[in-house]
Amino acid sequence: MAGRIGALAIAAILLALTFGTLALVGWRAGAGAGGFALGPADWAAVRFTLMQAALSALFSVALAVPVARALARRRFAGRGALIALLGAPFLLPVIVAVLGLLAVFGRAGVLNSALGWAGLPPVSIYGLHGVVLAHVFFNMPLAVRLVLHGWQAIPAERFRLAAALDFAPGDVARHLERPMLRAVLPGAAVVIFVICLMSFAVALTLGGGPGATTVELAIYQALRFDFDLSRAALLALVQFALCALAVGLAAVFALPAGFGAGLDRAAAPFAAGGWRRWVDGLAIALAAGFVALPLVMVGLRGVPGLADLPPVVWPAAGRSVVIALASCLLSVGAALVLALAVARGARWFGLVAMLPLAASSLVLGTGLFLAVHPFLRPESLALPVTVLVNATLALPFAYRILLPEAQGLEAGFGRLAAALDLRGWARLRWLVLPRLRRPLGFALGVTAALSMGDLGVIVLFAGDSAATLPLIVQQLMGAYRMTEAAAAALLLVGLSFALFALFDLGGRRGVAA
Amino acid sequence: MNYPMLAAGISVLALLATESLAQETPAQEKPVLTVLTYDSFVPDWGPGPAIKAAFEETCACDLRFVAGGDGAALLARLQLEGANTDVDVVLGLDTNLTAAANATGLFAPHGQTGSFDLPLPWQDANFVPFDWGWFAFVHDKTKLATPPASFEELAASDLKIVIQDPRSSTPGLGLLMWVKAAYGPEAAGIWEGLADNIVTVSPGWSEAYGLFLEGEADMVLSYTTSPAYHLIAESDDTKAAALFAEGHYLQIEVVGKLAATDQPALADAFLAFLTSDAAQAVLPTTNWMYPAKTPSAGLPEGFGTLITPETSWLIPDAEAQAIRQEALDEWQAALAR
Repeated sequence: MAGRIGALAIAAILLALTFGTLALVGWRAGAGAGGFALGPADWAAVRFTLMQAALSALFSVALAVPVARALARRRFAGRGALIALLGAPFLLPVIVAVLGLLAVFGRAGVLNSALGWAGLPPVSIYGLHGVVLAHVFFNMPLAVRLVLHGWQAIPAERFRLAAALDFAPGDVARHLERPMLRAVLPGAAVVIFVICLMSFAVALTLGGGPGATTVELAIYQALRFDFDLSRAALLALVQFALCALAVGLAAVFALPAGFGAGLDRAAAPFAAGGWRRWVDGLAIALAAGFVALPLVMVGLRGVPGLADLPPVVWPAAGRSVVIALASCLLSVGAALVLALAVARGARWFGLVAMLPLAASSLVLGTGLFLAVHPFLRPESLALPVTVLVNATLALPFAYRILLPEAQGLEAGFGRLAAALDLRGWARLRWLVLPRLRRPLGFALGVTAALSMGDLGVIVLFAGDSAATLPLIVQQLMGAYRMTEAAAAALLLVGLSFALFALFDLGGRRGVAA
Repeated sequence: MNYPMLAAGISVLALLATESLAQETPAQEKPVLTVLTYDSFVPDWGPGPAIKAAFEETCACDLRFVAGGDGAALLARLQLEGANTDVDVVLGLDTNLTAAANATGLFAPHGQTGSFDLPLPWQDANFVPFDWGWFAFVHDKTKLATPPASFEELAASDLKIVIQDPRSSTPGLGLLMWVKAAYGPEAAGIWEGLADNIVTVSPGWSEAYGLFLEGEADMVLSYTTSPAYHLIAESDDTKAAALFAEGHYLQIEVVGKLAATDQPALADAFLAFLTSDAAQAVLPTTNWMYPAKTPSAGLPEGFGTLITPETSWLIPDAEAQAIRQEALDEWQAALAR
């Protein structure tokens, strides 16, 4: 019962933060201000947004399947480190990642230097393909992690049974892997689709021109340059509608796999031999190279400036870490409450949990500003608001990570727990936390690192002395200090990744990952 | 719920709240002047700290900077707050934004007299210029020995440039107005010619300049003063701005006093201070722009090496706002291909 009340309270807060802020922006716009129709430029933006998001989601998920399969069935030295590394791109601040990618794929990048050396014409990264490439770089590793969790959630007994029945790899795919993918892939695809729907800086910078305008950029323009709040609110509604459509489609395609509970026995992975070994090896090597190379470039760019970082970087870094820790605890706690409620059958909580993903952070920040401003100086709330907003924006990811395993937990152990009258704190202590240890660690890591990097909202609230590390990076870049900015960005990436790895490894410790 | 986690979360939140409250307590006896400005004004490497220290020596007050994003974000924030704001002075709007700012009715006449060292005469009842610059395309002399000398030459070349989006950045909007001012009805043709030179359009100045320094483009839209940063701060004389025969468009950064301020005398004093030697001498090597009134000690060494355009363009702010949409449509149509 307490769980249900908690879930209701969290749902109310999420609704207030998403639709509430949107309504506030619309209300402040007043009646009659601006038009309530989208122009041709807006429709072009909607089309481009949908196309790049769909392509990005498709490629991310399609490429993630072979990599996740290879990681699920092979054991090799450095496997754990590689899985942790896969968390990194997703957590990079956008401009840092873009510069890292350009150091590899740009005009003066590694790839074109190699092509030039081989006497081949250069390739340009700018255009729709560049946008999709960057989004795949960000999101394919996330998809790998989500799909890998799916693979690991298939009880080892099923694979043993398959081996005992002398299944060929094709049979395993048909009876075990495909049902699992059917359950996992639509959710993963829709998360990535929605993330890419909100893309703004990546799409514009790599898109090569105004043809690559997304809805989020149109919102930015409406809020910042035209001060047309009704238009911003309308465009934000369009974003909600697109996301709702995607979530609905995913729900139609996703089917629960229904493997039942296993006995948690660690089994040797079902590893097909022969040419499949080479295919798996290739998939792992390509994915590792694709993810690691831009990261290495980020590191190389950052190292020279590390020695003379301005002193303000350190308190800002401390502030960012505190914000990240507070946000991740809030976010994962709330996501766990919602995921458990959904696993017990209250499915509409799931839709609410995904809402922040569809919220424009610009509109959310503006709405919060309008809500706070009459009562308090916005700067005085900069840090608490940042924690709240980061926790909210990261919640859908934590929820997505926790949900499948919470459902598995409920299906496998719910009746036993009920029969034993295991409730409340004891249920959490003896059943939920131990069994969800791995996804909880991963979720904490992802949300902590996301909160380190995100600054979408703080700008409106930032005061004179509460700068966070991402804001410092931006300020350094804005003052020609690219070397120091690269070094501060490296520090940011290092801290994000350390937080992520700490939680993630903590979650995986003692669990066959 | 997980109670230890919840407790940890609450204590961290409490910590954050106390940190923000700690910033709340100003020196009670002194009046506070709140200045809303853009992000890059306040950090240690910006003009903010030196200006704060110098002004506080004279005013017996507390000068508080509030950083609020970029120039356009400042205006948006003021409009969100309306008359109910703590802000006394806004520092960092530019000539692209003054028309909209005047239209809000939130600003009061500045009452400052005296002339400015601007390429064009300045008249605005509400805003005082504090620094300015010419937009220009910056390149690396070691990689590009003879830069193009006009938009037409640039369009005819196969040089690659990065520009900023006029829908999200003031330099981008400045370029739009530059082409419009210099070419009028032919502007669309110039943009069509430039389309194949443009590598990409970035959301803001820093992304574009970063891309240029990474070697993604031969030239970047920035300011004639940009090479001075590299020369003075990095002892690097390889960067230069290309002088265009059409002339160069101006960006003038301004400061204004809010009508609703509860510290009108302090605000006036700050406006006067900002155009005094003490403040103007700080700006060239922190904001990397020309001071609005050349300080008596002159410009820093290194500024003498910069190009000096003969023709300066600035479309009057009301007219610029009126033609903005049309210019944007033209730009978008030419580049969307």
